[in-house]
Amino acid sequence: MRIGIVCPYSWDVPGGVQFHIRDLAEYFLRLGHEVSVLAPADDDTPLPPYVVSAGRAVPVPYNGSVARLNFGFLSAARVRRWLHEGKFDVIHIHEPTSPSLGLLTCWAAQGPIVATFHTSNPRSRAMIAAYAILQAALEKISARIAVSEYARRTLVEHLGGDAVVIPNGVDVDFFATAEPKPEWQSEEARSSVEGGGGTRAGGTIGFIGRIDEPRKGLPVLMRALPAILEARPRTRLLVAGRGDEEAAVEDLPEELRSRVEFLGMISDRDKARFLRSVDLYVAPNTGGESFGIILVEAMSAGAPVLASDLDAFVQVLDQGKAGEVFANEDADALAAAAVRLLGDPARRAELRERGSAHVRRFDWSTVGADILSVYETVTTGTTAVAADERPGLRARFGLARD
Amino acid sequence: MTATLIWILVALLAIGLYLSWTAGRLDRLHVRMDAARAALDAQLLRRASVAQELATSGVLDPAASIVLYEAAHAARQSEEEQREVAESELSQALRAVFGEPQQVEAVREAPGGEAAALELAEAVRRVPMARRFHNDAVGAARRLREHRKVRWFRLAGHAPFPMAFEMDDEPPAALVERAA
Repeated sequence: MRIGIVCPYSWDVPGGVQFHIRDLAEYFLRLGHEVSVLAPADDDTPLPPYVVSAGRAVPVPYNGSVARLNFGFLSAARVRRWLHEGKFDVIHIHEPTSPSLGLLTCWAAQGPIVATFHTSNPRSRAMIAAYAILQAALEKISARIAVSEYARRTLVEHLGGDAVVIPNGVDVDFFATAEPKPEWQSEEARSSVEGGGGTRAGGTIGFIGRIDEPRKGLPVLMRALPAILEARPRTRLLVAGRGDEEAAVEDLPEELRSRVEFLGMISDRDKARFLRSVDLYVAPNTGGESFGIILVEAMSAGAPVLASDLDAFVQVLDQGKAGEVFANEDADALAAAAVRLLGDPARRAELRERGSAHVRRFDWSTVGADILSVYETVTTGTTAVAADERPGLRARFGLARD
Repeated sequence: MTATLIWILVALLAIGLYLSWTAGRLDRLHVRMDAARAALDAQLLRRASVAQELATSGVLDPAASIVLYEAAHAARQSEEEQREVAESELSQALRAVFGEPQQVEAVREAPGGEAAALELAEAVRRVPMARRFHNDAVGAARRLREHRKVRWFRLAGHAPFPMAFEMDDEPPAALVERAA
């Protein structure tokens, strides 16, 4: 099958959607399909052989922040050329509502189009203004995929229609087989294979995410930390992610700051080792999440998960069966749950086991097969993708000679 | 006077272009709907075929075979008006027969059973997908057709009003549950 995938965000900037597309493309390539990814990228960035650059994304203010988008005549021409040269059986557009490549492709193509909706943005004012045009472009999509039941609900409410739910994929074995790193483990975990006796009132708590992005929830965790340290003074908090480290510990009493260790940005391999090492992974995100891939990664690595009760998180955690949840933004509830879990190795072992079994459905082998089923369903009974040749004025009035 | 006339002409032309564009949009939606319907038919037929094959293979016990054969046969032969009911009954029969994981195991262990079980699992998973895509297309077409401009100017021509395909497509849990 010839598959064209459209990535709306710059290939050279790391992000969830980009990683998802990279893994998906590589999964299809391994199965022997032909894949081409159209993505915004600087012309001089090195790209994998299956990625085609759609030109540089332009930073513009959009929806309250500066977004890097592709639009205009040049990008549209590149989209058309890519469609023309690719001769795809199906194209898969990611994030079709962002005013970037996805929307341009929707506009320029006809034939079987699959679209994945990643974020669950409430409808923006710009979208309402452009609704008629947007609707005409979105109507061409033959199959919609939402990454979670929550994302599907928002999609149905805002755009109408329906979608199938296929979660984001994770390479479960990559995380499950990573080697734990001794300095990220608690003393108990290092000394016993079972994962710690919890006798020395310690343990390591892990957090991964942008430090200076409040929605990732590090401030909530920092507010909960004094109470956790009071109950279990030897606890360490390990923070991996970019941001201002000084500002993050500002509100913490001086003597407690040494219990927080900042690791900065870590590689994928280290991320897996990190998640294998910690006694508890905490995801205190306060909003803006439509899936929660990090929770799946943590569970894959066998880390017990404690997360805020966002809709998307509760769903990923199998309604709280595969990980524990606390009331969003409630630092006291977070502290109480963390202290209880750190002191209860049996419960953590149980969560580890449930988590590992639960994440199998997020493995690429399952997710990729489902996405391929969608492709096969929409390509049954139609022709291949082609550039949408707009009829000229004469043709519209039935005057053109065929 | 001439100016007014020109303005009226311009306005008429603009309205004409807009209507023509809407008609093109509607046409595209109808094409998409037909393709989605063809895909749904293909998936339903595939499911009924695999079910019938399994029913006549002798892997299942006689009672289950008869139930499954009956439902699959009815689904394949049904008239258009009874199609939704017949396909729903096939879903129920499949759920009844493959309700237990042991039954699925028994099929897998039979010679060639692994492939048959896999094919059935794929079919029962794709039917809800195809149906959702079809009904999504129907919904989009309906929303546009109910609009004033489409009704007043009869832009839809003689195309029949799009109908959603409603059925019970819940797959048997034991079949779609993946091996951990």
